[in-house]
Amino acid sequence: MALIEGIFEPGLVVTTVDWVLNWSRKRSIFPMTFGIACCAIEMIATGAARFDIDRFGSGAFRATPRQADLMIVAGTVTFKMAERLRRLWEQMAEPRYVIAMGACAISGGPYHLYGYHVVKGVDQVVPVDVYVPGCPPRPEALLEGIMRLQDKISTHTIAKS
Amino acid sequence: MMTPSDVIELLKQNHASSVLSAVAEGPYPHAVIKAEGLTTVAAFLKTQPRLRFDLLRCISAIDWPAKNNIELAYDLISTSLGHAFAVKVVLDRADPRVESVSTVWPAAEWHEREAFDLMGVEFLHHPDLRRILMPEDWPGHPLRKDYQDIVEYRGLKFNP
Amino acid sequence: MKEIELQYRHPPDLLHDGEIPSDIRTEELVLNMGPQHPSTHGVLRVVLQTDGELVLKATPYMGYLHRCAEKIAEKVSYRQFTPYTDRLDYLAAMNNNLGFALAVEKLGGIETPPRADYLRVIFAELNRIASHLMATGSYGLDMGAFTPLIYCFREREWVMDLFEAASGARLTYSYITIGGVREDVPPGWVGRCREFLDYFEPKITEYNNLLSFNHIFINRTGNVGICPPELAVAYGLTGPCVRGSGIPWDLRKATPYCRYDEFDFDIPVGRGENGAVGDCWDRYFVRVQEMVQSVRIIRQALDKLVEGPVQAKVPRMVKLPAGEVYCEVENPRGQLGFHLVSDGGTSPYRLKIRGPSFCNLSVLPVLAPNCLLADIAALLGSIDIVMGEVDR
Repeated sequence: MALIEGIFEPGLVVTTVDWVLNWSRKRSIFPMTFGIACCAIEMIATGAARFDIDRFGSGAFRATPRQADLMIVAGTVTFKMAERLRRLWEQMAEPRYVIAMGACAISGGPYHLYGYHVVKGVDQVVPVDVYVPGCPPRPEALLEGIMRLQDKISTHTIAKS
Repeated sequence: MMTPSDVIELLKQNHASSVLSAVAEGPYPHAVIKAEGLTTVAAFLKTQPRLRFDLLRCISAIDWPAKNNIELAYDLISTSLGHAFAVKVVLDRADPRVESVSTVWPAAEWHEREAFDLMGVEFLHHPDLRRILMPEDWPGHPLRKDYQDIVEYRGLKFNP
Repeated sequence: MKEIELQYRHPPDLLHDGEIPSDIRTEELVLNMGPQHPSTHGVLRVVLQTDGELVLKATPYMGYLHRCAEKIAEKVSYRQFTPYTDRLDYLAAMNNNLGFALAVEKLGGIETPPRADYLRVIFAELNRIASHLMATGSYGLDMGAFTPLIYCFREREWVMDLFEAASGARLTYSYITIGGVREDVPPGWVGRCREFLDYFEPKITEYNNLLSFNHIFINRTGNVGICPPELAVAYGLTGPCVRGSGIPWDLRKATPYCRYDEFDFDIPVGRGENGAVGDCWDRYFVRVQEMVQSVRIIRQALDKLVEGPVQAKVPRMVKLPAGEVYCEVENPRGQLGFHLVSDGGTSPYRLKIRGPSFCNLSVLPVLAPNCLLADIAALLGSIDIVMGEVDR
């Protein structure tokens, strides 16, 4: 995909190609299993039968970052973990997205004031696309986050911008 | 099953020189032991047929800057006889060091590592004394009362 | 079929005898497992030194989820700390709340009304069922069986519906507070709870047919990671880990709290039915049997539920007298202990949390040598750790 991105001048009508590419990308976002803490349990519950994430095409959780599109940071990021998180994010292939799930990943959560070992938000470490608030967020909230990400993906274009 | 006062009685009979003080009533019955003979008293508590404290539940380190000491509380329970007791050791805050009881209760290995990591207590003859929860190059011992928060760790700001 | 003569470069009977040809060079491999790994039940890093498939040494590294709960306890008040106890062992939040509430009540001399005690027992046992369902399902997933996880989560959703009706949250409830429970259960809740118990009991037989007595599962977990009883007690193991080694040690029977002595239930222990006593299968099966016992306890508690207030008269800003206390409860994963030191103020002077998974994990470097690489996943799953408790 990188071969045809950014080589067309703006003004050249590429809307149908854009639409097809974005449609296929957003309907099959493969998340990486990056459950750190309590939010991971709600992430697993989203993958289970009642709140099936597979109907969004995202049911194939890949354990390795090389095969994943999406990193759902579910849980508190600590200083010890931050380095490893950055390394795993760098191993993901583009286009890659990050959802910050839960209050801890957004801003440190309940530990932001007195936690000496807690990074105040995962956006200090990796760029975040969607923030899903909650402690832990309900599975429906995570699904809404995925839908917002799908909206974000549908705005991409292969023309130079 | 022995009551706390029976346990203290037995301790005083056999190791009278090690027992500094004891509390038998209240929510936390315990005996304060001298730091020097800790391993001997620990072995006695584990092997004595009427005591048999075989499960070391917890080693808690408590920082008292006002009294200028650090207390270590060893909480014990006996799975065969069902009674519980606690033993305390008082250490000097400037140089807290005590023998390790990991030869008596192997469960102590990780508890002592945590006390070293978070409170700075040094355990002599410990098989592997290094930090367990904090990163290896973290400055300071976080659970001390005079711990200052860091400004930056490896490029990540503490307070953005 | 015609017998075919195969030409081997190294004849197999030579290798069978253990005689390695002199021109083969072997080396130890250091393999890093985690902190991001599907089988480590959270952010745990295990460094394995292996000789091919055989593990020689396993060193766990933790602290990737150290969230400073003990330091936070010194800064916030007692009531404000209850939500932090939820997040210690986030799969058994009700039990954690119960432990903290009991510690504060023991030091403060606070008596809880009987309805609150029975409600506490009901919620603690329901959470034990939910936690063991998660342990069972994810253990099946570690062994490669995907279906038990989906079935267990189906039951967990029902339990979470009950919890949500009573407390408002699905995972971190803060429902059992100092002095009792936060509020009474809504009307019709008791009927729904009984409905769930009637629905759930035959499901345990379904799990046994699906996973527990499955030959592949037994081959992967039987005779793996055998923990003798003396070793278990020496390393401070508690909960299903020590009961799987054959020792009937349960705090609910040994030092009963919260009216547990009024209930009639058994303590399941490992008997070595599919291997030696104290192997992974024993620890796993103790959890399945504990779910049956929990159903028994909940039924008795629902029958004993009396009318009355659900909270003792405790001031909004709880102040405890100076002193200390060590209080333990039987969590699904072991004994959770709170060593609470108070200096008379509105927040604890020092709160040391004894996490059961922290102590259970200390036996991993002892059991791992001479296991195969795939057995490490079986071992970790049977010890059943939650990193929120290990790191606090």
